[in-house]
Amino acid sequence: MWDGAVVDELRILLALAVALFVTGLTGVVVRRNALVMLMCMELMLNAVNLSLVTFAQRLDSTAGAVLVLLIFVVAAAEIAIAIPIVLLLVRRRHTLDLDAYADLKG
Amino acid sequence: METAIVYFFAATALASAMSMLFLRHPMQVALALIATMLSLAGVYALLGVHVIAIFQVLIYVGAVMVFMVYVIMLLNVRDRSFTQRFSLWLLPGIVAAVLLVVVLVRALWNSMPLFADPISFARFSLGMFSVAFLDEYWLHFELISVLLVAAVVAALAVIHVGRRSRG
Repeated sequence: MWDGAVVDELRILLALAVALFVTGLTGVVVRRNALVMLMCMELMLNAVNLSLVTFAQRLDSTAGAVLVLLIFVVAAAEIAIAIPIVLLLVRRRHTLDLDAYADLKG
Repeated sequence: METAIVYFFAATALASAMSMLFLRHPMQVALALIATMLSLAGVYALLGVHVIAIFQVLIYVGAVMVFMVYVIMLLNVRDRSFTQRFSLWLLPGIVAAVLLVVVLVRALWNSMPLFADPISFARFSLGMFSVAFLDEYWLHFELISVLLVAAVVAALAVIHVGRRSRG
């Protein structure tokens, strides 16, 4: 019913999804630049998409692929709101370093 | 052969994603992220999920990342985040990342369910997928268009607030 090579490929792809997600999370924690942090969040969304696509293909279901399309739209909406906020912050303090905004309140 | 190409794309995606952590200029990071997304699109195409591969290139690389690249060119700020790339959380962040990878991959290896081979890839061809999508998920389709409109209105509101606070 299943052979070893296929299952290995599934495992490798899911491990890749884990690695990409943790890389994105590390980038959000470790880097200073606001735009780089946004791009690392995009990388995390991509990792989740990879695991969804892998399972959808393996289980032969449409729902996973539809969920990936919804995540595409959520990523586009997130970028469309985050970029104007970053532009406003930079216009105010002339820096992308998020440590310069440590005095923000609620 | 096909498995080898999948592994090649997977290795490319992982290498360019790791390089995102170290590259200095945001433009280099953006190009590394585009390389990651294109390799993931290659993986999707080789898995037979052609619709997602096409939309990965069109939406992510074509829209989101082009927008990001424009903003990077617009804000060419040489500030502290350029000379000093990493925050104070560098060491705890890397330790936590290594631990998280070890725990998650071990859990993955120990509890992998067995799946049958997919019988056919026809479900994810463009025609069949579109029919299934708009037959079953038309409500979700309409709802995400509402979400997009809400995002556009929110972006305009943010810009409006910024203009008013500047006087």
